[in-house]
Amino acid sequence: MNQIQTKINSRDPAFAENREQMQSIVDDLQEKLETIAKGGSERAREKHVSRGKLLPRDRIDALLDPGSPFLEFSQLAAFDVYGEDVPAAGILTGIGTVSGQPCVIVANDATVKGGTYYPLTVKKHLRAQAIADENNLPCIYLVDSGGANLPRQDEVFPDREHFGRIFFNQANLSAKNIPQIAVVMGSCTAGGAYVPAMADESIMVKEQATIFLAGPPLVKAATGEEVTAEELGGAEVHCKTSGVSDHFANNDTHALQIARNSVARLNRVKNPGLDIKKPIEPIYPPEDIYGIVPKDSRQPFDVREIIARVVDGSEFDEFKAMYGTTLVTGFARIHGYPVGIVANNGILFAESAQKGAHFIELCAQRNIPLVFLQNITGFMVGKQYEAGGIAKHGAKMVTAVATAKVPKITILIGGSFGAGNYGMCGRAYDPNFLFMWPNARISVMGGEQAAGVLAQVKSDQMAAKGERWSEEEIAKFKQPIIDDYEHQGHPYYASARLWDDGVIDPKDTRTVLGLCLAAATHKEPEETKFGVFRM
Amino acid sequence: MIRKLLIANRGEIACRIIRTARRLGVATVAVYSDADANALHVQQADEAVHLGPAPAKESYLDIDKVLDAAKRTGADAIHPGYGFLSENAHFCRACEEAGIIFVGPPAGAIEAMGSKSAAKRIMEEANVPLVPGYHGQSQEPGILEGHANRIGYPVLLKAAAGGGGKGMRRVDKPDEFHAALDAAKREAQSAFNDEIMLIERYVVNPRHVEIQVFCDQHGKGVYLFERDCSVQRRHQKVVEEAPAPGLPAETRKKMGEAALRAAHAIGYVGAGTVEFLLDAGGSFYFMEMNTRLQVEHPVTEMITGQDLVAWQLAVAAGDPLPLAQDELHIVGHAFEVRIYAEDPDNDFLPATGKLLRHQPPPENQSVRVDTGVQTGDEISVHYDPMISKLIVHGSNRREALAKLDRALQHYQIAGLRHNIEFLRRVINHTAFVNGRVNTHFIEDHEQEILQQEQQLRSQQCAAIAVFLAHRETRDQHRSAPKADAYSPWHSGNNWRNGLTVWRSQKVEVHGREIEIHFSGSEQNLFWRCSAAVDNQSGTVSSLHGQGVAVLDGRRVNYSSVSHDNEGTVFVSGEQVDFKILPPDIGEGSDAAHGLEAPMNGTIVTLLVKPGAKVMQDEPLLVMEAMKMEHTLRAPADGTVTQFFCAPGELVDGGSLLIDFSSETVEN
Repeated sequence: MNQIQTKINSRDPAFAENREQMQSIVDDLQEKLETIAKGGSERAREKHVSRGKLLPRDRIDALLDPGSPFLEFSQLAAFDVYGEDVPAAGILTGIGTVSGQPCVIVANDATVKGGTYYPLTVKKHLRAQAIADENNLPCIYLVDSGGANLPRQDEVFPDREHFGRIFFNQANLSAKNIPQIAVVMGSCTAGGAYVPAMADESIMVKEQATIFLAGPPLVKAATGEEVTAEELGGAEVHCKTSGVSDHFANNDTHALQIARNSVARLNRVKNPGLDIKKPIEPIYPPEDIYGIVPKDSRQPFDVREIIARVVDGSEFDEFKAMYGTTLVTGFARIHGYPVGIVANNGILFAESAQKGAHFIELCAQRNIPLVFLQNITGFMVGKQYEAGGIAKHGAKMVTAVATAKVPKITILIGGSFGAGNYGMCGRAYDPNFLFMWPNARISVMGGEQAAGVLAQVKSDQMAAKGERWSEEEIAKFKQPIIDDYEHQGHPYYASARLWDDGVIDPKDTRTVLGLCLAAATHKEPEETKFGVFRM
Repeated sequence: MIRKLLIANRGEIACRIIRTARRLGVATVAVYSDADANALHVQQADEAVHLGPAPAKESYLDIDKVLDAAKRTGADAIHPGYGFLSENAHFCRACEEAGIIFVGPPAGAIEAMGSKSAAKRIMEEANVPLVPGYHGQSQEPGILEGHANRIGYPVLLKAAAGGGGKGMRRVDKPDEFHAALDAAKREAQSAFNDEIMLIERYVVNPRHVEIQVFCDQHGKGVYLFERDCSVQRRHQKVVEEAPAPGLPAETRKKMGEAALRAAHAIGYVGAGTVEFLLDAGGSFYFMEMNTRLQVEHPVTEMITGQDLVAWQLAVAAGDPLPLAQDELHIVGHAFEVRIYAEDPDNDFLPATGKLLRHQPPPENQSVRVDTGVQTGDEISVHYDPMISKLIVHGSNRREALAKLDRALQHYQIAGLRHNIEFLRRVINHTAFVNGRVNTHFIEDHEQEILQQEQQLRSQQCAAIAVFLAHRETRDQHRSAPKADAYSPWHSGNNWRNGLTVWRSQKVEVHGREIEIHFSGSEQNLFWRCSAAVDNQSGTVSSLHGQGVAVLDGRRVNYSSVSHDNEGTVFVSGEQVDFKILPPDIGEGSDAAHGLEAPMNGTIVTLLVKPGAKVMQDEPLLVMEAMKMEHTLRAPADGTVTQFFCAPGELVDGGSLLIDFSSETVEN
């Protein structure tokens, strides 16, 4: 194994400036995450607790094994989207171990708009189920929700990827023996009632949980029958009479214990089929990353310096080191798991794209998980490159990425622009997990370039009419476009819309990758069948 | 010359005898009961013979079985240790008849001291001082008063037929005599239907000081000075020391010579101890003579530099005494404390169970530990619950005391209650430090020694927090799948993206329920606990298994023992035992409706019949453990559904004995 020798000089003033910049970005992220983690308003939380219910984060803590990590997804979901605060989109999702078994946990936060489903709540719920599906992880739903957000029903109810998909997924996950366990800890009305009803096992909390297709007001309106919520669909009714629920719990803690017992009896054996070695920490501290990533995102940096702070023992065996050097490929271990790393070190040329395709083939052949470190402004453009077939070479890499059946994990560490996003396993390529650094940017192209293109088009139109455009006017035209791109390319904007699974502190990259790899290797290895490579 | 020695005993004394025998090249044979099959004394001896079931009557006290073991192994001598057969004249004779050397006095000497009244007559004749008194028949008040005056006040009036303090009166002045006599007689008459009175000198603030004597088979005897064993509870010695603090050399000599007269008067051979009451004025009175090696003999060994077991073997083999009186000297000062499995906060209730950790302080020239148990052993109901004896020596009393305290701080016992903290309170009490001891020491200072308020301090909270964090990590590691042993999901680091998470755990400590909050990993932990009396938060880190923790930058000794839902931490010389409480899972979940055995013991009687309706606190069952009876009572009004035990049955602590259903409220 070759150890990466760092060339970073931590005494360089630029290092300190970079570090300061990254620190302030991370601090901002941290502050946002902490605020979001509180959930709904103080009043809503107090009311929730006063009923003897645990807050959703406390429920998750009580459900998880003591000491278990919790890899939370999309904490920033719905951030600044709806013109009203919907922290975390009113639903918490993530992976943690329950009775020793990593599980996907989906917990409604009833302190946020009564736990009702906004469009992004639905998207986040579905994404959690997709993660369970792709990684073969049991699902535990901690249900406490008023169901669909009625004012937004048109964005929540009718479409393919809307509310109904939750239950479609439950049925199909169950069919694949991906266990579905529902713990009903509050209301579970109308469509929501199907979460426990569709579950393999369900648990209800005495005097808190209710399940019914129509609540007392609707029943009265429809039939005139007067009934209390507890009589209509309380734990007693469903555990003793209807059989809608399987286990009766005295309180939240009890219910979560029952769920833990259920998971302990699932009879699942992990068989990763990988050559796993004892993990060793990198020899360089992860905190260095702050000083390595340039303050100015247009400045390049050697991605090997990042790799050296992520992989076991900072050991990295590079593949085709001398060929297509703008793409770094090679083998390493992260937390003991073998990985193939594909990392940008500049713009993609035909050689780098072919090298990438070759390397992905290697990893797919050998069943080695892939890690993409994305920092890409795009494929090289220009007459010479088009003539050299950059499109077909890029297509080879995209084909390889799209069809490789090994676990794929993508981290956006810098720019993610244009077709580079595709070749480097962007969201559309179904990586098992995709996380962003808070300094990263994502858009179809850079803001400057987009503004330049649009300004060019406009100035061509004006030229055709014989009009002229001053430099000042051009700048004035470009600025809002640049601003828009900056705003929409920002990780908060991206993460709010679930274009990723979350924004992470760069120094946690190794930890997150380790957890993702460990989660992704629950699925039996699958044979890759590549598509037609255009030669 | 003795070539092979059978030790008819168990525990620390058997191990201690084996130690000397081995040093002298004498082969050793241990004997053992079912309960001791893997005991330390069995492991240490060259050979071991099984005697029988656990009860001593069927094993260690069975003369035939012990002799048979000696014959089968070809032992030419038997050392009885203390207790069991050590003062049994029949056994002594039986050895003699079997041609086996009994390492101890002749049967006659044992018998002579076996009867207290006979012994006192012999001592009186040998001019050994006895507590002055009148035991005559004449009960004329005038004659009695005359005797009281002769004996000297204060005196004690005692009913001849008496017991239990009934008909007993202390009289301080002559003018109180008649009133006290009338009252005592009335009491004796009604209690025993007999008003005959004895009078004895009331010894004020007496000390228990005993003399170690040694006699050979050639009529020679020496005394190896005294031991002060005044600190006792319920006639159980707690701390022993030598020399007796403040004892004038002259008194020592007088006592030594009186003790030798006592020994010679009964033709004594071997190691013996003559116990005296010593009063504040320096007068001493014979109490009794123990015709064996005493539990506390090591303090004498420490101050004289002699090995008393080696002396016993020499004398038993017919050799002359190794040293003459003028060759024996006191060097420095020595203490012995007895470490017991018992609960000092609960009337010294004997504790039984598994020793999850037994880690005495390291032995050296001035620290000695005599023990017969090791980590993993069971302290059973069958025998004395003594775990070990800790003996220290110093060049003077103050130094020895300081060493004793340090040694006790380093002594780690987990798994059952013990008296180490209690001993520390005793030996650090001002009166004890100043040598002001007498047989009432523990009663007199009960408030300070027993009723100590157990306060939770920050270092204890920090230690519990780091214990809990370690437990989490350990459990997480253990739950990792075999094929994926290093999975970071099982790192136990409680990682969260961008968030700090505090864990909370309820624990029961010092009988109170508290909540400990902690955050981070065992290598770098923050803790909070509002129950701590000093600081209520701090940092702690520990490299587990290295015996060290760093508390807010202070490096201290730290280790822990974990067992099911119980934990023990040792931090900076303090021990904290705690229970990890399960989370509140609401009502209706309390499935147990029975009564459990509070400790290991034998069921004596069942006091009600199955199906009986009983009131709260009504006694239901009596069990016996460690020679003490314990009554199990109804926890509420209700019905005894059934018993899961029968009289005579040996039950484990914690096992379900009674199925009980409490009364349902009927409206």
